[in-house]
Amino acid sequence: MLNMKKSQIMMVVGALLLLPLFFLPLWKITLNAPQYPIPLGVNIHINKLADVHEGDMQNLNLLNHYIGMKSLPEGMKEFVIFPVVVLVMSILGLIFGFVGKKNQYLFWFILIGLLGAAGLYDFYIWMYDYGHNLDPRAAIKIPGQMYQPPIFGTKNIMNFKVDSYPALGAYFLFTSIFLSLAAYLKDRKTP
Amino acid sequence: MRIAKISIIFLGLSMLMISCGSNNGNGATGGALQGNIAAKTYVAPGEKDEFYAFISGGFSGQLAVHGLPSGRLFKVIPVFSVDGEKAYGFNEETKPMLNTSFGFIPWGDSHHPDLSQTNGIIDGRWCFINENNTPRVARIDLTTFETVEIIELPNSAGNHSSPYVTDNTEYVVAGTRFGVPVPQRDMPIDDYKGNFKGALSFIKVDPEDGGMNIEFQVLMPGFDYDKAHPGRGKSHGWMFFTTYNAEEANTLLEVNASQLDKDFIAAVNWKKAEEYIKQGKFSTMETNYAHNVYDEGTHSATSTMVKEVRVIDPAECPGVVYFMPMPKSPHGCDVDPTGEYIVGSGKLSANVTVHSFTKMMDAIKNEKFDGERYGIPVLNFEDVLAGVVQQPGLGPLHTEFDGKGFAYTSFFISSEVVKWKLGTWEVVDRKPTFYSVGHVMIPGGNSQQPFGKYLLAMNKITKDRFLPTGPEVCQSAQLYDISGDKMQLLLDFPTIGEPHYAAGCPADLIAPNSKKIYKLEDNKHPYVTKSEKATKVVREGNEVHIYMTMIRSHFAPDNIEGVKVGDKVYFHVTNLEQDYDVPHGIAMIGAKTSELLIMPGQTETFTWEPRGPGVWPFYCTDFCSALHQEMQGYVRVSAKDSDIKLSWSLDDE
Ligand SMILES: [Cu+2]
Repeated sequence: MLNMKKSQIMMVVGALLLLPLFFLPLWKITLNAPQYPIPLGVNIHINKLADVHEGDMQNLNLLNHYIGMKSLPEGMKEFVIFPVVVLVMSILGLIFGFVGKKNQYLFWFILIGLLGAAGLYDFYIWMYDYGHNLDPRAAIKIPGQMYQPPIFGTKNIMNFKVDSYPALGAYFLFTSIFLSLAAYLKDRKTP
Repeated sequence: MRIAKISIIFLGLSMLMISCGSNNGNGATGGALQGNIAAKTYVAPGEKDEFYAFISGGFSGQLAVHGLPSGRLFKVIPVFSVDGEKAYGFNEETKPMLNTSFGFIPWGDSHHPDLSQTNGIIDGRWCFINENNTPRVARIDLTTFETVEIIELPNSAGNHSSPYVTDNTEYVVAGTRFGVPVPQRDMPIDDYKGNFKGALSFIKVDPEDGGMNIEFQVLMPGFDYDKAHPGRGKSHGWMFFTTYNAEEANTLLEVNASQLDKDFIAAVNWKKAEEYIKQGKFSTMETNYAHNVYDEGTHSATSTMVKEVRVIDPAECPGVVYFMPMPKSPHGCDVDPTGEYIVGSGKLSANVTVHSFTKMMDAIKNEKFDGERYGIPVLNFEDVLAGVVQQPGLGPLHTEFDGKGFAYTSFFISSEVVKWKLGTWEVVDRKPTFYSVGHVMIPGGNSQQPFGKYLLAMNKITKDRFLPTGPEVCQSAQLYDISGDKMQLLLDFPTIGEPHYAAGCPADLIAPNSKKIYKLEDNKHPYVTKSEKATKVVREGNEVHIYMTMIRSHFAPDNIEGVKVGDKVYFHVTNLEQDYDVPHGIAMIGAKTSELLIMPGQTETFTWEPRGPGVWPFYCTDFCSALHQEMQGYVRVSAKDSDIKLSWSLDDE
């Protein structure tokens, strides 16, 4: 490690920063309403959805069934794929870091960027379906009202103010991506 | 001419009287100061009160939870009386709570709440309260604000000097107000004197789970044991009881029990009594009393009949009891936070008499006795006297302390609270109450650590203080600010039943531990249904058991057929919700019980015996959700000889 170039260290650290994603949430959706002084919240991890406070998902499902939304999924194919992708990218990043070739850094940067974009798109598709694919027998039907939570930002949906923002894990991911790019940029001028 | 003059004088006087009345009658001063007073009790929307006050519901049998300084009522906890709102005493789970040696009793007379303590400081774990009529003591868990234990007192009648918690909640006590034959037997009432007894029960409290059991009883002469107060700090290990009717009268007590110049304070050394118990110097009496315990895991109570009690005879156990003379039928018996002063309020005396614990111990050590009653040494009044508050008012009843060296005594007859200084015995302030105050309460004011900011006076009479409600009007509490030199009346608010006494403490000792839901996974009720898939209906002879669930906004099952006339139908209903403040209720047409009001994660049961064939609806009684009105279902009841099979469904599934 001591005789490694700075760029190599950056790449290795960047690759390692992906590992906390196995226990830190990537994204957090929070629902605020007057009768919820403690807001309902869902943490989105790479391998699961989790309550912010115990019972939040059950309580969210209970509210959503009135408007015909499906229950939050317990298992999804994404929860199997994402961990594999993260693990493979981390290992790949480590290898590239130890080998120390700048084009490999760039390759890794582009690859994780593409994968991230794909993940986000997948997230959007799921959210769209979750918010639009409603049970026709729903008790409450409001013509034109859709319930899709925002990918990023704040949106008012009926009596709720819905916040959707990156959680701690996402900052590790961003840092990781930034480090790979920085590693490439550092070595760009060198042959 | 002279007549005219006199008339004018009288007219002038009457005008003066009227204007005086309207100025001072309401006890609060007007103008800018009034705005100031209002601000002191104003708790803005969304803000919370600083203190809890647990106020006795008196003859309602219950316990009311208020906030101070606002006086707002949060909850009425059913304790000794049935409560149709909460199904207490109506559902199968809580019926055993009201079992006694006389069978199921639907009503009680609750008197004195007191909070558990650690090292003489309120710890906010449990509230205890006594029942006077069918002698009992209850324990309320302050994480759920539910009654979780009731223990009956054998050999007792009129459990009034109770429950009063010792420094480390070692004991709560239960002294009998009415002398009775022990054991109960058929005998002439006239033979009262010398034959009737007064039992003082010492109920041991488990420091871990709060479980109560009667450790021993001290079988005293048949005086009336009115109030009690545990020793604090230096006097820890002693319990002091006021007595009246040392005359042992059994008729027209208002005259015959008011003859002696002095009654007694009975000082009971419970640590000494424990030694005698250890040495085996007690007798075991056959008896029969109920011990009822509510289990949070099964959400159900069980009642056990206990058949024995250990009894100590004070005449045979020297050092356990001493009598200190106290003027004129004392009511309140109150020990100051240091444990040195024992304040007796002789309700027919013009003075408040204070005894000294140190002097009492000296007199006992030197065996300076003034004879004995029934083998119990009587101390000399002058030997134990610390001081007298001279003529502070009429009809002193009860005293609490602010922790700053002052005592506050209520005066029933002169209808006022009087503040006086411990040690100098001088009166420093007095304020009227409206009307006829019984007890006063300062949060922590009977412990080693009072929170001397407010004083609550609990009144027996309100007359014109509130909007009238026919002949029966409410009773009330009045809040005084005692943070300054002079007391200031801040607020009147109505209370339920008769507010005999209250216990208070800072909210942050209790609020953070208050439960939000019961965890469904921890529910061990024998008839719990933990998911809609597990719902079922089971016939056992003519008993039909419905395993039902409720969740926003439906019951499962909600269509049931195959019930027959003559069946006894048990609705075992589980609330599947796990969200704060989402209870559901259920009520069935023709059920001779009450509704059930079921908290998230809880199971409760009611029974229904359908009288005739038909299709009978049930519904949710608690407005739980936007589709609460849709939360309903039907039971089809067929004739006795019908062959319709038992079936159940939700949404035809
Ligand atoms: Cu409901």
